[in-house]
Amino acid sequence: MAEKVLMKGNEAVAEAAIQAGCLHYFGYPITPQTEIAAYMAKRMPKINGSFLQAESEIAAINMVLGAAAAGRRAMTSSSSPGVALKSEGLSYLAGCDLPAVVVNIQRGGPGLGGIQPSQADYFHATKGGGHGDFHMIVLAPSGVQEMFDLTGLAFDLADQYRVTSMLLSDGILGQMMEPVDLAAPPPRELPPKSWALTGTKGQRKPNIVNSLYMNPEDLERLVMERYERYAQIAAAETRWEEFLTEDADVVVVAYGALARVAKNAIAAARAQGIRAGLLRPITLWPFPKAALQALAGRAKAFVAAELSMGQMVEDIELAVRCARPVLRCNRTGGMVPTPEEVLQKLEEATA
Amino acid sequence: MTPARITVFAGHYGSGKTTLAVNYALRLAREGRRAALCDMDIVNPYFRTADYADLLREGGVELISSPYANTNVEMPWIPLESRRVLDDPALWSVIDLGGDDSGAMAIGRFAAALREKNAALWLVVNPCRPLTRDVESLREVRDAIEAAAGLRFTGMVGNANLGQETEMATVLSSLPLLRELSRAMDLPIIFTAVETSLAEEAAGALTPEDGALFPVTRYQKAAWSVWEPKKA
Repeated sequence: MAEKVLMKGNEAVAEAAIQAGCLHYFGYPITPQTEIAAYMAKRMPKINGSFLQAESEIAAINMVLGAAAAGRRAMTSSSSPGVALKSEGLSYLAGCDLPAVVVNIQRGGPGLGGIQPSQADYFHATKGGGHGDFHMIVLAPSGVQEMFDLTGLAFDLADQYRVTSMLLSDGILGQMMEPVDLAAPPPRELPPKSWALTGTKGQRKPNIVNSLYMNPEDLERLVMERYERYAQIAAAETRWEEFLTEDADVVVVAYGALARVAKNAIAAARAQGIRAGLLRPITLWPFPKAALQALAGRAKAFVAAELSMGQMVEDIELAVRCARPVLRCNRTGGMVPTPEEVLQKLEEATA
Repeated sequence: MTPARITVFAGHYGSGKTTLAVNYALRLAREGRRAALCDMDIVNPYFRTADYADLLREGGVELISSPYANTNVEMPWIPLESRRVLDDPALWSVIDLGGDDSGAMAIGRFAAALREKNAALWLVVNPCRPLTRDVESLREVRDAIEAAAGLRFTGMVGNANLGQETEMATVLSSLPLLRELSRAMDLPIIFTAVETSLAEEAAGALTPEDGALFPVTRYQKAAWSVWEPKKA
């Protein structure tokens, strides 16, 4: 095992991108993700990469689109209000079938909201993220090691399926420091980027990257093909963690930093004799529906814990087809529940 | 060791400046001095000395901090009260700076006064941080901080740790590297900071080059700090 280093979550994201061969970072500062840009600004010039502080979030995402169209690995990062601004570019990336990685270190909203952690962009990330029919792969890390690992995976998945991968994280994970093993993941075999705009050199017909179709039949066919790819992603790339679910009467569903709070609550519940467990989605899209359905056959109740007024809860209720009660545990605006607050819900669910 | 009346903790982001500053200020107070901790972090809106307000009050340390620390108002702020750090000859003061040169800029305006009062400026180094684990990188950080602060470092503090995963091996394996960095920077190691629970065991491994042993308590523990149940 490689020697571990101590890193902030945001730094781990930046380092993972660099190790994944991302030489093009475009961003605009916003708390609590600025360390990503700061790290890139320091490192990129030393490895002949490009760091560019764009004039706006919208400019940055369109620079990513340009680099991606040229077949390069490119990334941008921001926090909630800034990611919302990128919605136009996210839709165009999908419409052009370009692989890219976008990081959202969420903060409280709506509007400018606050700078404390949040998970209130779940809808934005998992239900499109822009106009038109499309999905992004949404990865939700739960610690600094996963900030590193899932960023690398985000690049591979984006290239494999020609989609945008979004790392949906939050201010806690971005700012917290933990030891990280910077070992590279095993390489994936990825398709060649034969569609990229790299210059024909007179050897082939020009490639075209475009999202405008004058003929609705063509557009429908392309969108439908895209949805076949989404089905492949759902079948092959859905990821989740189960913690003490084998005998659980009540299962907390939580992701990201909040899943860690939930684990502490579950340990406390177990100490009181409550058989509690956790299902932690690692991909929020595709959502681990089948795993939840399986648990619905055994568990008596679920608790949807979120740093929002309840967004993922809708996917949980759909997944278990409302066959079991789903209690809610919500804090918002930058507030984080204590393990005791989650424990109280576990007690209610099993009362 | 007789402390300087004003001690400034500077260094790379996440090197442990705040933790050390809090521990050092509490120690000054325990030694019977009138102590103050002055938060001049203009970079990081999180994990501020304000987190330790209760602890510092109970430990007899006056906290001089921005009223906006740890709020939703992200405002770089140098407290007006920080003037007393310079002016009050009976106040033993510890200044906690933000990371890197962007953080060090905050004391630039006080550089002349700090020089005149023989303030100590310590470079906090955690060699487990990826951008300060070799001479070249640390020199870059040091030079940038000195340029921004308008001051030269007077010493180095070794603070090798991996947060909650810090073990004896983390401390011991870092000692030779810290010595190498100290020689290359031409800065004596004033303290080697070691987690209180490991301090006794570490003491035997320290040489005079490692400076004094500084037992440090890491007070931060959050709701999201997870201890997974040990596998049977």
